[in-house]
Amino acid sequence: MTEKNALELKDLSVAYRVAGRNRAVLRNVSLTIGRGEAYGLVGESGCGKSTVALSVVRYLPRNSSITGGSIALDGQDVMKLGAEALRRARAESVSMVYQDPGKALNPSLRIGRQLTEIFELAGISGQAAADKAIAMLNLVRISDPASVMQRYPHQLSGGMQQRVAIAMALANDPSMLILDEPTTGLDATVEAEVLDLVAQLRRELSASILFISHNLAVVSKMCDRVGVLYAGMLVEEGSTKDVFNDPRHPYTVALLRCLPRGGQRKDQGRLDTIPGFLPGIGANIIGCAFADRCALATERCRTEPPPLYDLGEGRLSRCHHHDKAQSLPRATPAEVPTAAPRQAPPVLRVEGLNKTYASHGRPLRAVKDVSVSLRPGETLGLVGESGSGKTTFAKLLLGLVQPDEGGSIELEGQALSPRLASRSEDQVKAVQIVFQNPDSALNRSHSIRHILSRALKRLGGLTGKTLDTRLEELVRSVRLTDRHLAVKPRQLSGGLKQRVAIARAFAGEPRIVVCDEPTSALDVSVQAAILNLLADLQSKQDVSYIFISHDLGVVRYLSDKIAVLYLGRIMEFGPSEAVFSGPHHPYTEALLSAVPKLDRTESSRIRLDGEIPSAANPPKGCVFHTRCPRKIGAICETQEPELVEAQPGHTIRCHIPFAELARLQRPRTVEPA
Amino acid sequence: MSATDTSATMPAPDTRSPWGEVLHSLLRSCTFLTGLGILLFWIACALFGEHFVPYDPLANDIINALMPPSAEHWFGTDQLGRDVFSRVIVGSRDILTVAPLATLLATVAGTALGLLIGYFRGIVDDIVSRVLEAFMAIPVVIIALLAIVALGTSKITVIIVIGLSFAPIIARTVRSAVLAERELDYVAAAKLRHEGALHTMFVEILPNVIPPILVETTVRLGYAIFAVATLSFMGFGIQPPSPDWGLSISSNYGMIGGGFWWTVLFDALAIASLVIGVNLLADGVHGAFND
Repeated sequence: MTEKNALELKDLSVAYRVAGRNRAVLRNVSLTIGRGEAYGLVGESGCGKSTVALSVVRYLPRNSSITGGSIALDGQDVMKLGAEALRRARAESVSMVYQDPGKALNPSLRIGRQLTEIFELAGISGQAAADKAIAMLNLVRISDPASVMQRYPHQLSGGMQQRVAIAMALANDPSMLILDEPTTGLDATVEAEVLDLVAQLRRELSASILFISHNLAVVSKMCDRVGVLYAGMLVEEGSTKDVFNDPRHPYTVALLRCLPRGGQRKDQGRLDTIPGFLPGIGANIIGCAFADRCALATERCRTEPPPLYDLGEGRLSRCHHHDKAQSLPRATPAEVPTAAPRQAPPVLRVEGLNKTYASHGRPLRAVKDVSVSLRPGETLGLVGESGSGKTTFAKLLLGLVQPDEGGSIELEGQALSPRLASRSEDQVKAVQIVFQNPDSALNRSHSIRHILSRALKRLGGLTGKTLDTRLEELVRSVRLTDRHLAVKPRQLSGGLKQRVAIARAFAGEPRIVVCDEPTSALDVSVQAAILNLLADLQSKQDVSYIFISHDLGVVRYLSDKIAVLYLGRIMEFGPSEAVFSGPHHPYTEALLSAVPKLDRTESSRIRLDGEIPSAANPPKGCVFHTRCPRKIGAICETQEPELVEAQPGHTIRCHIPFAELARLQRPRTVEPA
Repeated sequence: MSATDTSATMPAPDTRSPWGEVLHSLLRSCTFLTGLGILLFWIACALFGEHFVPYDPLANDIINALMPPSAEHWFGTDQLGRDVFSRVIVGSRDILTVAPLATLLATVAGTALGLLIGYFRGIVDDIVSRVLEAFMAIPVVIIALLAIVALGTSKITVIIVIGLSFAPIIARTVRSAVLAERELDYVAAAKLRHEGALHTMFVEILPNVIPPILVETTVRLGYAIFAVATLSFMGFGIQPPSPDWGLSISSNYGMIGGGFWWTVLFDALAIASLVIGVNLLADGVHGAFND
């Protein structure tokens, strides 16, 4: 060890023991993180990212073992540490922040107790520990630390919980901070805040950071250098800018192409996908691990494992053809069927829809006065933070939740009863949904054949031979095969399960399909395939989508119209291009600015302060005024603005005149992910 | 992505079945295997015991009454000179018919009731749950007394009494499992197909709540055996001259004072071993489903 790096992994190999066999999870991973450096580790689920993190602190699960290599933390060999020394290393020099802060904090202890405990371990007690705890909360920009100290974790929002978790991780002034998907469960606006916080803390503290994320844009924003993991191997490494702008491994190239970028839309071409699947854990890999999925693979790739080629300037690539990586042919042809121009009358017209829940005796307006319309073959994207009423609105359409009196839903010109039970068979099959989580949406006791046949029988009204024929067509239309029919949902991967869920929604030839975050649980390459599938089905069957997603790039790719919701109200509604390119509502502006960009161009930053207010007690006047960066004065606090048509078909709920918004927002061009 | 290239590269579906995994972990569980061994022993005794016992369990032999355990009578003889060993071996027959049938009745009734109140919730749940709680507050023995007055003494009465007193307990277990299931999206998907309540309850939800039902059923079986033995001891249900354990203890326990301990001890041990065996079995099943 020549130099004391913060972290040095040398040829680290880790295996999990499953059914009596050792299966390799990490294969000779070497990486170095210098002092004060932020290193990003990216890759799809199952490629070993978290195993790296757990190895560093030797928190690996019981059935795993380090089968080779070494881990040095501050020049100290972690593998040789005794129990006491390991405990001290964990207490003093390395800290971890996990994905779900709700699980990282003890639900039955007050925040103050949990924080001071860390200082007590370090020998500081009483008032001194409490003072230090308050100082830590100040450090993570919690505005009222004394009151937060008195609260229990469940009384804090997700963003606040993650701040507290970060404060706890930083309390022992670690030299190494490991962040494992720290913002994955958070809203984009909260994610932006937490990432800003981490970036600021990096400047103030000297900690080195190992940042693990499946979100390439987040890593690109946060890290100096990045490593790409594939099947437990480091396949590419280099400075973040180089790797993302000039990737030298076909896997990195393909991964970057899966994301809808630069405002790409469904009619401008399909997303590229990565064919095939990640080799299973412990698979016997002969040549290059990626060869089976790589269009550039030659005979040499299949027989000779590529070494980690040194490309100079700190760049490494585990590819025989690293010089040609970017010429990787597309796995999916880009051309899309041209959609017919849409002049048809609206398939869906919603007028003045309201939903009020009772919350501790007070009305909670989950959806307030929402009106939208949608033509056949169009997609309406619903955008907004959690708690903005997106899902409630979708449930009102489906009839799963009853709206308040007044308001109307029309399907193809016919009134649609708010009660599911009083809708006709035709209306029921016309409005279907693809749920976010296929594990919950598919009955785990039923075979895929049962699930789809039942849907065809009930929604398609089919029986016997015609049902079987249609079942085959349906299965093929979502790119599954006959052999997937016999199995139960748990035997399929997440992407395949979501295809089954899509097939079920399409069984009765629906007119409207609600897609509630259908890709949020999936890896980017699988997400791309699902988005392509949805776009294909739409252009073939002229079906309309209500698409809910927190990923604005994905929403933009699929949507023709966008409705931006805040506290159950539509703040902005209009054609996708108009809403995204602006001028837009200050809330839309803030949402767009919260999205980390892959190209690292830092647009003028608008950050929302504070939490989304409770819908049971919404602010007076404009509901957004408490967080609005462009608030103009008293009128915002007293008078609720109307939805005003700014351009044809584009309405905005704001006191600022449209021309003024245009002037305020002119300097920056908005290019979401 | 063309249809052909995707399907060509899709991995073969994972073929492990969840039930296969449960079976696998059951077969590796010592607790389960011990319990199963004890239960199978008594089932074998009930089915074939009469063919290999040394004496007719019902044959009186007054001359040899109340003999202590010896080479001829391993467990001694009772006050009528009947061979205690033969009676203990064959004595499992009635209890192993009555207790499982009672448990089955409790499971079927409890499951149907639990699905109903868990699925509909609201007023149905409020009313039925309160009635069940009231029912559970009455001791089994009192229910049994009332039932015997009304229906007369018979095995069927015992089955109905025990079955109906255990049904609310199973209904409560099923209800809480159903409450969690009904919030899952596949139930909403069924509503969006206009499925009827019966289909949703029995075809969609029921298969997913089988594990807790199985666990509860095996636990109840242990209690049912205990309850049957208690009722026989008190003279309800199984009637003489059956060599039933509870019944034998009841007719012989007065002799303990006279030092004739063997007329009671072996029957008591038999009951204990069967209850312990079934409880071990239940523990194993619980472990296999909750790994």
